[in-house]
Order: sequence, then structure tokens, then C-alpha cells
Amino acid sequence: MAALLVPALAIVAAAFLYPVATLLRMSLNEAVSGGAIREAWTIANYVGFFTDSFYLELTGSALLLAGTVTLTSLLVAYPIALFLYRWDSPWRGPLAVLTISPLLVSAVVRTYGWIIILGDRGAVNSILRGVGLAAEPIRMTNNWIGVVVGLTEVLTPYMALALIAGFGRLDRAVEEAAMTLGASPWRTFVRVTLPLSLPGIMLGCLLCFVLAISSFITPRLLGGGRVFTLATEIYEQSMLNLNWPLAATISMVMLVMFGVTLVAYGRLARRIG
Amino acid sequence: MESHGLSKPFVALVVALYVFLLSPLAITLAISFSNDPFLGFPPEQWGTRWYGVLLGNPRFLAAFQNSLAIAATTMAVGLAAGIPAAYAIARGSFPGRDALLALFTAPLLLPSIVLGLALLLVFSQLNLASTFHGLVLAHLVVTLPYVVRIVTVGLSTIRPEYEEAAMTLGASPWRVFRRVTLPLMVPGIVGSAALTFLVSFDEVVVSLFLVGPRLTTLPVEILRYVETRTDPQVAALSVILIAITVALVVLIERSVGVMRALGR
Repeated sequence: MAALLVPALAIVAAAFLYPVATLLRMSLNEAVSGGAIREAWTIANYVGFFTDSFYLELTGSALLLAGTVTLTSLLVAYPIALFLYRWDSPWRGPLAVLTISPLLVSAVVRTYGWIIILGDRGAVNSILRGVGLAAEPIRMTNNWIGVVVGLTEVLTPYMALALIAGFGRLDRAVEEAAMTLGASPWRTFVRVTLPLSLPGIMLGCLLCFVLAISSFITPRLLGGGRVFTLATEIYEQSMLNLNWPLAATISMVMLVMFGVTLVAYGRLARRIG
Repeated sequence: MESHGLSKPFVALVVALYVFLLSPLAITLAISFSNDPFLGFPPEQWGTRWYGVLLGNPRFLAAFQNSLAIAATTMAVGLAAGIPAAYAIARGSFPGRDALLALFTAPLLLPSIVLGLALLLVFSQLNLASTFHGLVLAHLVVTLPYVVRIVTVGLSTIRPEYEEAAMTLGASPWRVFRRVTLPLMVPGIVGSAALTFLVSFDEVVVSLFLVGPRLTTLPVEILRYVETRTDPQVAALSVILIAITVALVVLIERSVGVMRALGR
């Protein structure tokens, strides 16, 4: 029986465990100018990262971006999930599938769609010019706004997936019971619906935060080289500057941030559940 | 009683949010029928010019063929390695099966950008960077978690009584597997095969580290194009790719049902 595991184990060992170990080892090497690497056992890269104001700001702005996008995705996905939970119709299932169907389309294509919508000659600027609200195009690509809007849309299906699954476990009678007992719709929402959907909200936020902090495609295409994230910096350092030790160090910092997020989620989930 | 809690402003909000969610795909579809040399909305001229340009673009065609070959190979090897592993985890009696399942799904937790760099470090030593085998191996790590997970869940829903009954009636273990277990595993296998193909075909961040002038994939080629040029050609290509994806999903839905294929 155990022999059946060998091919899959070989793949995981050769293309996951060994590469990650190599990455950790690389972060302890010394980068010499011109892309050369000197074998060493030094934490100089980590010290450099945490004492360089550029990297501290980069980490801060990456956390801010991830937090913002997690919140906006929640604001977009929650009403949709609540609607699907309350809607009594045979179209509920197909609509739920439609909600998460953008996941089947590559992030490159969806980000490209946002370039058409938000660009200087894009749909939003055409409308603004048409109604006479703006004579000059408003810049919404190659900056933070574009990245937040695009990333929100790219990540919303994940949030919706977690929320729909969370609502799926609730009995629809609980809201009716609260209303029957005289609670206003708002009070019912705040005291009954929202607390019961909290596990789904937390799972969705975890998923979005982790995906946002490691996102690369959308910041690169909609940020136009002006929005830096840890992921774009890993790419720059490894592929353009050929500074593999530094790129490996940033990767390790990202993994630690993932670990901290997961542990925090585990603690919170235990307290609530 | 009307569906409760669905006031008009709430429904209007939900409609607006769906417009937001689906607008990039809708606008990509619209702009693919632009005849303009630049990317603007609304287009000044409508037409199918960019579909013509696209079909005569040898770079996209070559990358498309590469991506098809890589996705098909990844799917075949992934099933060949993943199904036996899932079977051993679901039906075996050795200790540490939960830990194994966690190990096989662990690559899903690793950010693509980190996995891409890690594979580049190793592949550049082994001369696997920008080779067909290297890309297949990279895509295998990304997709194997889905195969193992989905097939394991599928197996756990098969009641052991069926297999025991066949055994009691004198069937050999191989015959039980071949005639009872395997047919019941089909939805999970079809689902994970389709998912593997789609994920591999769409994979871009890991591939970005591993492609080279000799060998590139379609998503990487699209990314490079969007980075450097702004015209509607990629919209035309996206519409064709979305059509293929939808056709594939409908085909699976017809044969086994998407929900069943994804392991309930």
C-alpha cells in the first residue's frame, strides 16, 4: 500500500521540499555586486531588510494594501452572500455559481479588463467626460486606486465562496424567528445574522489577506511600476537585479507573515467557535 | 409571504455589486470587437479586425501549443501519481495518513511567487529552467494537491460495504478495485483532471520564473503583451479562452455534474 505513495512523494520532495530548503539556504548567502553569490552563513540580508527604511515602508504599504483590499472585498461580497442566503428561488444555485465563476478566468485577463475600464481612454473616463464632470482624464491606472479596485474584484469570489459556505450552514428560520419575536430588520441583522456569519467572514478575510499580500499580477499590471508590494520586489530582485539572496530573504519574510496570520486566525477562530 | 429581508434598496445594491464583479469580463467581450489600434472605450469603430490579427500571430499560436502540451502532460502525470496516493491515504491502515494528506496539500499554502523563485534556484542548477520537463514538474506541484484532495474526499464517500460485498462474493482485490471502486471514483477523477488542466493552463506566476526564449506559455505571453502594448488583441484572445473554459465546464457538468466532480 505504501508503495502507492512513492510517485507523489517524489514530486513533493523534488519540487516542493527541496526547493523551499534551497530558498532558505539562499537567504543566508551573501550577495556580491554584479549578481554573484558568495556562499556564507550570515543573517546580514535579514538585518539589512529590517534596517532599510525602503523595505520597512514596503512591508507597511503591503500590509495596508492587503488590509484595505480584504475590507473592500468583504463589503462587496457580504451583501451578495446575504442576498443568496435570503433569496428563495430556483435561480439561487446558478447565481451562486455565477458569483464564483470569475475564478475560472485568469487574473491577467480580469486585470486587463480593469485597464480598459479605468484607463485614461477607458469606460469610466468616457462617461465622466460625456457628462461633463471631468475635462481631463482622471488617473485610475498606474496607481494605488487601480490596484485596490482591480484586486478587490479579483479576490471577491474567494470571499464570496467562504461567506456562501458559512451562510449555507445556517438555518433560514433563525432570522424569521427573530422578526416574529418583534426585532426590527436592522436589530435582527446586528444581533442574529451577523454573529452567526462570523466564522465565514473570518475564513474569507484570512483567504483574501493572504492572497492579497502575495499578489503579483494585479499590482504589476495596474500599478504600472509605481505600486510596490513584497511580491513585485521579489520578482525585481530575482529576475532583474539577479540578487537571489535578497529575493530569498524577502520570500522568507513573506512566509513568516503568512505563518503569523495563520496562527492569529487559529486563535481568533477558537475564541469565537 | 414574500422572501423576507429583500427590500428594494438592498436588491439594487446587490445588482450594482454584480455589475462591479462581472464588468471586467463584459468589457473584455465588448472591446474584442473594437477595430481601433488602441485600447479605448467605447471603441470608435467596431469589427472583428483583432480576431484576424490574433489568428495570424505566430507567438501566441506557439505559446498556445506549449500550454496545451504542458497542461495535458501535467494532467496525465498528476493523475498517475495522485490517484494511487489518494487511494493509499483513504484505504490504507498505516499511521500518519493525516500528516501525509497535509504534506500533499501544503504546496497550496505557499505563495506562487515564492514557489516560482524556489523552483528557479533549483532548476537553474539542474538545467531544468525553461524546459518542458521543468514546467511540467512545476505545474505538478501546483496541481497535485487538488488531485489528492478531491480523489481522497471522493473515496471517503464510497461506502466500504460495496467493496466488502464484492470480496465476500469471491472477487479478487484487483477485480474489486477494477469493477467496484474505480467506477465509483470516476466523478472525482474527472473533476480533478479538469481542474488540473485548467489550473496548469492558466498558471502564470510560477511559470514566469521558469520560461525562457526557447519555451514560453500562453499566460506568460499574454502578461508580457499587456505589460508592453495596449491594444484589443488580448481581448479577442481572452474571449476565445473563456469560450473554451465554459465549453469544458459545460461538458463536465453534462457528464458528471460540477458539484459532484468537485467532491460534493
